[in-house]
Amino acid sequence: MIHKKIFIPLILFISFTQIFGQIVVKKSDKNSSIQEAINSAAPGDTLFVEQGVYYEFDISITKPLTLIGLNYPVIDGEEKGNIIQVASDSVTISGFKLINVGASYTKEYSAIHTFNVSNFTIENNIFENPYYAIHIEKSKRGIIRKNIIHGNAKVESSSGNGIHLWHSARVEIIDNKIEQMRDGIYLEFVKHSTVKGNESRKNIRYGLHFMFSNNNTYDNNVFENNGAGVAVMFSKNIFMRNNTFKLNWGTASYGLLLKEIYDANIIDNIFEKNTIGISAEGSNRVTYEGNNFISNGWAIRFLGACYGNKLHQNNFLNNAFDISYSGRLNGNLFDKNYWSEYTGYDLNHDGIGDIPYRPIKLFSYIVNRTPESIILLRSLFIDIINFSEKVSPVFTPDNLKDFHPLMKPVK
Amino acid sequence: MIVIKDLHKKFGKVTVLDGLNLTFEDKGIHTILGPNGSGKTTLIKSILGMVIPNQGSIEFNGKQILGEWEYRNQISYLPQIAYFPQNLKVKELFQMINDLRPGSKNEAKLISLFQLEPYLDKKLGNLSGGTAQKVNIVITFMFDSPLIILDEPTVGLDPVALIRLKQLIIEEKEKGKTILITTHIMSLVEEISDNIIFILEGKIYFEGKIDSLKEQTKQSNLEKAIANILEETYA
Amino acid sequence: MLKILKYGFFDLMRSRWSYIYFLFYLSLGFILLFLNQDVGKAVITLLNIILILTPLIGTLFGVMYYYNSREFTELLLAQPIKRSNIFLGQYLGIALSLSLSLVLGLGIPFLAYGIFQSSEIFNFFILILIGAMLTFIFVALAFNIALIFEDKIKGFGFAILTWLFFAVIYDGIFLILLLVFDDYPLDKFALFTTVFNPIDLSRILILLKLDISALLGYTGAVFQNFFGTNFGMFSSITVLSFWIVLPVTFIIYKSKRKDF
Repeated sequence: MIHKKIFIPLILFISFTQIFGQIVVKKSDKNSSIQEAINSAAPGDTLFVEQGVYYEFDISITKPLTLIGLNYPVIDGEEKGNIIQVASDSVTISGFKLINVGASYTKEYSAIHTFNVSNFTIENNIFENPYYAIHIEKSKRGIIRKNIIHGNAKVESSSGNGIHLWHSARVEIIDNKIEQMRDGIYLEFVKHSTVKGNESRKNIRYGLHFMFSNNNTYDNNVFENNGAGVAVMFSKNIFMRNNTFKLNWGTASYGLLLKEIYDANIIDNIFEKNTIGISAEGSNRVTYEGNNFISNGWAIRFLGACYGNKLHQNNFLNNAFDISYSGRLNGNLFDKNYWSEYTGYDLNHDGIGDIPYRPIKLFSYIVNRTPESIILLRSLFIDIINFSEKVSPVFTPDNLKDFHPLMKPVK
Repeated sequence: MIVIKDLHKKFGKVTVLDGLNLTFEDKGIHTILGPNGSGKTTLIKSILGMVIPNQGSIEFNGKQILGEWEYRNQISYLPQIAYFPQNLKVKELFQMINDLRPGSKNEAKLISLFQLEPYLDKKLGNLSGGTAQKVNIVITFMFDSPLIILDEPTVGLDPVALIRLKQLIIEEKEKGKTILITTHIMSLVEEISDNIIFILEGKIYFEGKIDSLKEQTKQSNLEKAIANILEETYA
Repeated sequence: MLKILKYGFFDLMRSRWSYIYFLFYLSLGFILLFLNQDVGKAVITLLNIILILTPLIGTLFGVMYYYNSREFTELLLAQPIKRSNIFLGQYLGIALSLSLSLVLGLGIPFLAYGIFQSSEIFNFFILILIGAMLTFIFVALAFNIALIFEDKIKGFGFAILTWLFFAVIYDGIFLILLLVFDDYPLDKFALFTTVFNPIDLSRILILLKLDISALLGYTGAVFQNFFGTNFGMFSSITVLSFWIVLPVTFIIYKSKRKDF
C-alpha cells in the first residue's frame, strides 16, 4: 500500500490524509470538499470524514468507495440539488448527517441517489429536511439500514419520500426510522426485497407505499400516525408479518390498503386504532391469520372483487365494525376467529361457540350507503335494528358467517 | 284584612268562582259554607296564592297578593287532606317545618294536647288518617299568625281530638285572631261561628250572623236553613 | 330553596329506589370490571348503559317524585316560601340525588380498580359528567310533563314516550331522512339535527373522547372539524347546558301559573 500525504491548496482549506487506502477528510474551514477527496481516492479506499459542516452538493461517487462519517459530519446541500450521487457499484455511505436537499417540482432531488449500481450500503445516516432522503433507481443487492430520516413535509405536492426505490431488486431495508415525509418508504417495481424492523411515523401520505412489487417480505415494522396508513397495490406473493399498523386516523385513512393483491400472507400483525384496519379491493387468495384488530373503526372493509380470501385465528377486539362488505358477494372464508362482540355460548366447552357469528351488521351496510349515518353509531335505535337484522337477515349476506367462532382470544 | 274583588276562576270549562266579592275586616270566626263544588276550597286557595284567579284581585292588609309570598307569614293554613313525605318521621317533619318557617311557638304543648308523643319516631307514611290530621293540626297551630285558615279541620278526628280542636280554635279567637273555617258539620258552625259566608255557584249568596240567616230563611235550625237555601236555588 | 333542596334530597336518599339505583350502578361497575378487567372496554359498555338508563330513570323518577310529593308541595305552597324556590328546590333535590347515585355507584368500583392509574380517567370523568347532565336534563323534562298533566297515568305515559322519542324514535326518523335524502350533502344537516337531541349529543361527545373521532371524520370534514376541536367540545357542553336551563326556566314559568 502507498503511504501518501496530500496537502490541499490554501484556496480549498481542506486537508486529507491517506494511509494504507484510508483517507481522512478534515474540515478546517468553510470551503472544503469531500468531492476532492473522492476524486483523489483510489477504488476500494475508505474515506473518513471528520466532524464539521461541509457545504457541498452533487457529490459524485464514481468508484467503489467506503465513506464513513466520524461523529456525524454534516453535509449541507444548501438546497441546490442532490447531495450524494452514487454511480458505482460497491459503495458504502455511513455515519453522515445530510441536510437541506433542494426541493424541486420537476426533479426528484435526494440526499443519496443511486442509479444503476449494485452492492451498495447506506447505513447509520441522519437525514434532516430532505426532499427525498434515499433514492434508489435501477439498483440491486443493497442494504439500507439504521438510518434516521426526519422531514417536515406539509403538503403532498411539495414533499418527497423517505426511502424511495424504483425498479430495484434484492434490497434490504432494515431498522430505519422515518418521520414526516410524504411516503415513509416507497417501492415501485421492486422484487425480492425485505422491509424489516422499520418505524415509519407521521408521514403525510403513506407509511409504506408499494406498487408492482412482487415477492417481497415485510416484517416487524411499525406504521403509526400516517396520513393514510400503508398502501400495497398491484403486487403478488407478498408476505407481511408482525407489523404494527397503528393510529392511522383520518377521513380516508386505513392501517393497510390492499389493492389488486394476489397470493399474499398477512400474518400476526396488529391493527390498532385505525379508521379502517384493512381496506381490501380486488384482493384474491390472501390469507389472514393471527392478526389482532383492536379498536378500529372498521377492522376489515372489502370493497368488492375480493375472492378466495381466508381469515382464521384472528382476534377482532372492540372494533366499531368488524367486517364491512360492499354488495352481497362472498367467496371468502371466515373460520375460527375470535370476535369480541360474539354473544353465543359454548355448551360442550370445546372453546368454539355453538352458534355461528355474523360479522356484518346492518348498520355497517347503512353506513356504506349513507356515510353521514355514522353519526348514529352506538345509538339504541341502531342496536335495535342490528338485532333484528341479526335475527332475520335481509340486507346483509346471510351466508357470511364464522361457523366456529372462538370463545377466547387467540394468543 | 282581606279584600276580594270580582274574583273569577275557571278550571277548564267549569266556572268555579264567578265574580266573587268579599271583605273580611273583623276578627273572630268566619265560616264558609256551601254545597260541594261551590268554590269554598278554591276561594281559600286563592287567598293563599295557590290558585291563580283568571280575573279580579285579592288584597291582604292593603297589598295585592299576586306573585307575593311574604304575606303568608301572616297565615296558618290547614289543608283539607294532609299527605306528607312518606319517608320522613313525624319528628323530622316538625323540624323541617320549623326550619322552613321559623317562629313556631307552642309545638310541644300541641303535641301533648293531641297525644302525639308515641308517634314522633314513626314514619309519616305509616300513620292513620286521624293521626295524620292531628299532625296537620299541630303544624297549623304552632305558628302565631293573625289569620288562620282551616279547610275541613275535623276530618278523621276522634271525639276527644275534636273537642280539643274546638277549644284550640276558641282560644285562638280569644287571642284576637281572624279564623276562616270550611266545614260540613253544622253543630260546629252553630257553636263557634261569629259570621257565616254562604257560597253558591261561585258567588256569595249570604254573608252575616247565623241568626240573620235563620231569620231570612224563616228556619229555626241552621241545617234546615241551609237545606232551604239549596232547595230554593235548585228548585 | 336550599332548605327544600335539602329535604327533597334527603327524602329521596332514604327511599329504597335511590338505593336500588345506586346498588344497580355499583354492581354494574363491579361486574363490568370483573368480566373484562380492561377499563377502556368497560367505559364503552358503560356508555351504552348510561345513554339509555340515565334519561329513563331521570324521567321516571322525576315524574314519580312530582306526583308523590304533590300534597307535600301543597303544604309548602301555603307556607311563606317563594313558589319558584319550591319547585327548583325539589328539582335540584331529585336531580342531585340521582346524580349522586350514579357518581358513587360507578365511581366506587372504578376507583377500586384503579381508574386514577388508567389513561381512561378523562373518558371516565366525561362519561360521568354527561350521565349527570342527562339526569338533570331528563328530570327537568319530567317535571315539566308532570306540571302539565294533572293525571298521573297520562303523565307517566307521556314521560315514557318522551324518553322513547329521544332514545329511539328520534334516531329512527333521523336515519330515514338520511337515507331518503342521501343524494344531498347531509353533514351539516346531521350536525344540526344532533343538537336537538341531548342523548345524541351526549353520545357523540363521549364517542369522540373514546377516540373514534376519525370514524366520524369518515363522512367528511364537517363532523370532525366541529366535534374534534375544543370549540366543538365546548359548544356541545354549552348546548347540553341549554338543555338543562331551558326546561328549568319553563318549570319556573309553568309553576308560577299553575293552580294547586
